[in-house]
Amino acid sequence: MEDAATGGQASWFQATARQRVAGLLDPNSFTEFVGPSERVQSPHLDLFDLPSAFDDGVVIGRGKLDGMDVLVAAQEGQFMGGTFAEVSGAKMVGLVRAARDHKDLPQIVLLLLDSGGVRLQEANAGELAVAELMRAIVEARSAGVAVIALVGGKSGAFGGAGLTAATCSRVVVSAHGRIGVSGPEVIETNKGVEEFDAADKALVWSTDGGKNRRLIGGADAFAEDSMEGFRAAAKALLAKPPAFDLKTMQAEQERLTARQKRLGGCDDAISMWRILGIKDPEAIRDMDSKDFAALANGIKEANHDAR
Amino acid sequence: MLTLRFRHTAKGRLSGKTDKAIIGVVASGNLEVLLERVLAGAACEVVIATPLRGYDATWKAVVAEFVERSSPGGLRISINDGGARPDTVYLRLMQGCALMEAE
Repeated sequence: MEDAATGGQASWFQATARQRVAGLLDPNSFTEFVGPSERVQSPHLDLFDLPSAFDDGVVIGRGKLDGMDVLVAAQEGQFMGGTFAEVSGAKMVGLVRAARDHKDLPQIVLLLLDSGGVRLQEANAGELAVAELMRAIVEARSAGVAVIALVGGKSGAFGGAGLTAATCSRVVVSAHGRIGVSGPEVIETNKGVEEFDAADKALVWSTDGGKNRRLIGGADAFAEDSMEGFRAAAKALLAKPPAFDLKTMQAEQERLTARQKRLGGCDDAISMWRILGIKDPEAIRDMDSKDFAALANGIKEANHDAR
Repeated sequence: MLTLRFRHTAKGRLSGKTDKAIIGVVASGNLEVLLERVLAGAACEVVIATPLRGYDATWKAVVAEFVERSSPGGLRISINDGGARPDTVYLRLMQGCALMEAE
């Protein structure tokens, strides 16, 4: 693959799923499963007179991250919004189940999420895929597999992808990354523009964006928007994935209860950041990645041993 | 969806040993091109799936120009089109050939 698009400093946000896989993993270490030449495509899109993709917008396979064996699934956010559908969903579910069932496979799964949620043209299959994926992740984690979500693509991680991220062992996010369940347009449509103005980018990113998610504990690491940034963040998290047991679940429940109590009354992100003890919350938006990552590492809410 | 199929005999076989490559994404104004070194001799086949009707002559001209300029003998090229302009199509075809020729 071309170096400019996959080199260490190349933008994760701008890259395609294939470029992210190439940029994240050690050079030439990736082997794809069910690759594009097998033509396992959506059986439904043709009915809608829509073009399909040879890989249905998901790249899966195995490779190495800094010498460690890993399984990888990457969603292509530019194809149909990176959506979960019959084939794209089955590829991710199959990968996680394989890690769960076969101890000779890598016991680390990296999910490069970039998705608006379920593909509406294949909604039933897509919803089922999300449910199956979440179950597979939980079962894989119970079996000792570490599942790490990496979020920094154009489509963010919304709907089923937001739910999926929440079931992972750890979550990495960049400033451009967004994590949520109902996307901004959905909230505006259902609750009105007074509730959430989807056209207000500053509002959208301060709420759903990576910096807020990191500060309130929705993500465990903050990555610079580059291949090397995500590589370094993923590597650091892999050193100590949390056990998936009752103790972790109880710690997570306590964390969420405390967060709700502490931040539940806030109307916007800036007032939350003030409560978290950040002296100049207005400055967060323009802070560069390095300074922000350091600041976040010092905030108690952002650093808990749960998930 | 419309399927277009063009068969050409190129000037020669494409150099390099890479057996398959993919470039581009099916997105608005973009396309994905899958190249496979599976045909005998200098044969080249280009199969296009596109949602847009009425551009057969444009596709034919772009493919003919590409075959003439880059001599992609031995390749079966499959395209999923998202409504790409001819210049984008040509660029992706050339990028795909470069991947197939890479060591």
